[in-house]
Amino acid sequence: MALSRDAIMEKTREALVDALGVDEDEVTPEARIGSDLGAESIDYLDIVFRLEKAFNIKIPRGDLFPDNILQSEEFVQDGKLTEKGLEELKTRLPFADLSAFETNPNVDDIADLFTVDMIVRYIESKLAEQAG
Amino acid sequence: MRWIWIDRFTAFEPGRRAVAVKCVTLAEEHLHDHVPGYPVHPPTLMIEGMAQTAGVLVGDAFDFAEKVILAKVTRATFHGRVRPGDRIRFDAEVQGEVRREGAAVTGRITADDRLVAEIELMFAHLDASRAPAEPGEGNFVFNEDFIRLLRMRSLRNLGADAPSPDA
Repeated sequence: MALSRDAIMEKTREALVDALGVDEDEVTPEARIGSDLGAESIDYLDIVFRLEKAFNIKIPRGDLFPDNILQSEEFVQDGKLTEKGLEELKTRLPFADLSAFETNPNVDDIADLFTVDMIVRYIESKLAEQAG
Repeated sequence: MRWIWIDRFTAFEPGRRAVAVKCVTLAEEHLHDHVPGYPVHPPTLMIEGMAQTAGVLVGDAFDFAEKVILAKVTRATFHGRVRPGDRIRFDAEVQGEVRREGAAVTGRITADDRLVAEIELMFAHLDASRAPAEPGEGNFVFNEDFIRLLRMRSLRNLGADAPSPDA
């Protein structure tokens, strides 16, 4: 089943509206799940459940929203990511847009990388993977 | 005071569905204050009753070894009032399956044939890294009192179909 990006966006929007109680028009591609849509930690789990159901895929724990991304000293120094840390982040979040983040890589700002668009692109790749 | 807002399980399908009932009576003290002169069973306690019904369903999936906590009330819509003498029925159904991290459950509350409420809940399993593990603490969610009073060890003897409340 090949879904267009618009179709994926539509289903993702529905899942976010149901999980977070936000209005449809608040769910734009650039909207950040935490800061803009108000998601809290339990909401991330709810979102994952709904996406799995909507797209009939399995999202392994930590795949879409990695938690405790970077614990070790080689990745984080003084609250900012090191070169190695940025590299690690890129592998863990291949669908995130890191251009702005890279200029001032505060660990506390990582959650802002989770945008609606990131989810849509993750789903796209998952569906492509399944199609084989 | 024991905080148990359901009386009895009447149906149980492990990992899928559970039905519990509660009799609302004027002997319950809180009804005299809610509301003075016009007792109504509080919607908040009905959400709690649904959470307990669903929480047992979710907890059973891992043999009550996990600390199952109500993490989110996603939706709770009330369509009618519950008065003393009503026997309310909590129908809980797991959405998908119970997982290591937790579960999403949909619930319906009815009194006789009236739809009283529609509820969506999310449960999480409190893992060892979040909850302080004290020696001998056991599972504070599913304690012996709760297990015994709700006859949780006999859940598997219940059928999948609950008889109608008036049967």
